[in-house]
Amino acid sequence: MSLIRYYSPELSTWSPFDRLSSLRDEMNRLFEASSSGSTRDAGLLTAWAPLLDVFQDRDNVFVKVELPGLKKEEIDISVQEGILSVAGERKEEAETKEGDTFRSERFFGRFHRSVVLPTAVNTEKVKASYKDGILTITLPKAEEAKPKQIEVSVS
Amino acid sequence: METLTKNDDKQTTTDGARKVAYVTPQATIRETKDGYLLQAEMPGVNKAGLEVTVDNNELTILGRRSDPEIQAEAVYRESRPRDFRRVFELDPAIDTARIEARMEQGVLTLTLPKAERVKPKKINVD
Repeated sequence: MSLIRYYSPELSTWSPFDRLSSLRDEMNRLFEASSSGSTRDAGLLTAWAPLLDVFQDRDNVFVKVELPGLKKEEIDISVQEGILSVAGERKEEAETKEGDTFRSERFFGRFHRSVVLPTAVNTEKVKASYKDGILTITLPKAEEAKPKQIEVSVS
Repeated sequence: METLTKNDDKQTTTDGARKVAYVTPQATIRETKDGYLLQAEMPGVNKAGLEVTVDNNELTILGRRSDPEIQAEAVYRESRPRDFRRVFELDPAIDTARIEARMEQGVLTLTLPKAERVKPKKINVD
């Protein structure tokens, strides 16, 4: 048995000036992207993607979504093939439509977030609550997904 | 227009020796004929956790979250479990004594009426 010498192509051709020029190219690309690609960035900002957190303990998966200013009836939750989807629409109230806007950072319109659940869940027993603009969904884990303790009997 | 647009970007304040970090809430401001309407998003904050103060033409909104931290392992996390804070400079025309606040599902709505004397008056010519 012989030891094969480790050969790194990157190290063998390493030259500090090459590395520096490629870094400069990278930087140029970054600046070009941010100045010319502004339309795409603006497109991304027009969609509302509410912040979402996923937690799990032994028995449940918890999903928390920040959805300020909605009505309970305006939120749709569904679980299908291990994917949880939260969708809905935030409508602008009439009182906020009049007058001149001079700062507008809130999003109105439709939103949709999906997340792959970490384990299989019992879809029959999913519960959701909406309080102070936060949606909390509790998804009990399917029996087969729960960790099982196997006792070893000592004879 | 400079008023109500000044943004205090300080994300931290000092509370004694302790540094407190905040999240800047997203806000929308509109000027109506009677004054201004300010809405700020502070999910997890209810009436009890809200503090609105006016000092020297500076409006500070502070929202303390009351949503309980979920006692479980975080698999994926986007939100920051921090309180909200933002400072706005007020238009001197605003009658600070008549500012009204309402908190609904994590959205703060502030009505900032202009003082009567600064409202445009129509003068009829006989």
